[in-house]
Amino acid sequence: MQRRNIVRTASGALLIAATAGGVLYGCASAPADRADGQRAEAMLKSSFKAHGQATLDRLDQDETQRLCSEYAGRALPQPVAERIEKANLATIRFPADGKLVGDWKSGEKIAQSGRGFQYSDDPTKPAGANCYACHQLSPQELSYGTIGPSLYQFGKRRGFTDETRRYAWQKIYNAQAFNACSNMPRFGHRHILTDAQIRDVVALLVDPASPVNR
Amino acid sequence: MADPMKIRANVVGDSTEVKVLMSHEMETGQRKDAQGKVIPAWFIQNVRVVHNDKVVLAAQWGPSVAKNPFLSFKFKGGAKGDKIRITWVDNHNDTRTDEATIA
Amino acid sequence: MPGMIRRIVAASAVVCVFAGVVADVFAQSTADEIAKYRDALQDGNPAELWEARGEEMWKTPRGPKHVAFASCDLGQGAGVVKGAYAQLPRYFADAGRVMDLETRLVWCMVNQQGYTHADATKTVFGNGSAKRSDLEALAAYVTSRSQGVKMNVPLDEPHVHDMYALGEKMFYYRGGTHDFACATCHGDDGKRIRLQDLPNLTKVEGAQKAYTTWPAYRVSQGELRTFQWRLNDCFRQQRFPELVFGSDASIALTAYLAGRANGAEYRGPAIKR
Repeated sequence: MQRRNIVRTASGALLIAATAGGVLYGCASAPADRADGQRAEAMLKSSFKAHGQATLDRLDQDETQRLCSEYAGRALPQPVAERIEKANLATIRFPADGKLVGDWKSGEKIAQSGRGFQYSDDPTKPAGANCYACHQLSPQELSYGTIGPSLYQFGKRRGFTDETRRYAWQKIYNAQAFNACSNMPRFGHRHILTDAQIRDVVALLVDPASPVNR
Repeated sequence: MADPMKIRANVVGDSTEVKVLMSHEMETGQRKDAQGKVIPAWFIQNVRVVHNDKVVLAAQWGPSVAKNPFLSFKFKGGAKGDKIRITWVDNHNDTRTDEATIA
Repeated sequence: MPGMIRRIVAASAVVCVFAGVVADVFAQSTADEIAKYRDALQDGNPAELWEARGEEMWKTPRGPKHVAFASCDLGQGAGVVKGAYAQLPRYFADAGRVMDLETRLVWCMVNQQGYTHADATKTVFGNGSAKRSDLEALAAYVTSRSQGVKMNVPLDEPHVHDMYALGEKMFYYRGGTHDFACATCHGDDGKRIRLQDLPNLTKVEGAQKAYTTWPAYRVSQGELRTFQWRLNDCFRQQRFPELVFGSDASIALTAYLAGRANGAEYRGPAIKR
């Protein structure tokens, strides 16, 4: 009995989001649902405080975050997925000089570092990408996470081609261009990494000399 | 003033099993604070356990023992209702003594 | 010592057999060694030091009004501690609000013992002997008196039910620079960050296993940490702003996770890495 109520509340909230995102289905929501959504938003705003670099605007969702929150825990409808991927693909920028591959040794350091953007981090120091938190990369590093797939032999398996290099750049820049609601941060689009840093992480993945491909 | 120890002492066969938790920072002297200043060493140096006026355990500790140390040991003898007394002294000469009854 | 030798022999045998997947074997044996380390910690949990301090505090008159917690109602009647944590969060009519344990303790300190809210929440998370938290000690004491009691958060009570639903929404809320939600790390089975196993909190078994082992003594910090701390530090790592202690979002998430743990035996305060 109580479980059913909970599901109803949750799906009620989902309805609001779909309407707020409006373009998709254009359905009307009941006033009670809207009140519920507003209450959730008000609760969120009153429950956090700005701390150093982590200011309250980090709670504001862009359309991708909003849609991915609303559809979390169930299958993403095809049109929604396509819309998210299209919008995110449009954000991807390639470097002006066209150079996509940097230094894999520096890329390894960036992949190891979990620092950056937490309120406990020094905002003047460069951020890491923390790749190893979720992926296996160089086989020498045994402490790797499994939230994402193993990237060991990424370049070797895909071929050391321009296409692979371009794909690696884009995937790091904005993973949701290829996989709507991916768990992976959008490192370029959200300005987590600089172009130079992305270049180095691309090198870690695609350089034949990188331990990832040995 | 340091917090009390948490002591458990139980007769097991012909021995007494003692388990002690001590509340102490056990600072190694190797760590630095956020400003990069070395945090001075501060740790328990001597531990003594007395049963019926007889020392059943004496230990010298160093900075490699973890914060809030747990000590577990057995000694021959001891009977239900007997008292054991445990004392530690740290490198600041702070000390604490607690007593427990063997169960 | 013979045990150690046996283990080394066994380990090298494994490496020979599966030479092709050496990295996996190493990762596995690392995980095994971590499991052994966790087992070794179970005896002599320093959380008991916090429990003892909290019990003393609970029974001693304190604050400007010199009142003991004997008049504090955690939901089972004034001063009743036994089993109280297993039925929190719950709705408190005198406060007009759903509260978790920590929030309720603060409420009693302010409304019965005469502390200002600022004083009562000055040190919610301790840091060494120079900065000790009364709340962590009190939480250790109260929770220890629910050991072996089945979790039974009153989800049919409308206010609690409402917070549970809001908590579920919070759990899936993606935001911040990195697009992280609670579900990013805790929405799937068998995942880990680096070598740290992640409970899948969207499943009842995962929520039960995780929720019933907080508060916990964190060996890496040498501190006892409450569920409020757990949520606060998760959001820090999510790159969110700071979760306010006792805020509605913190209570909603606690109601959601505690409610999903219903039916499981409470086993805290535990000891964790």
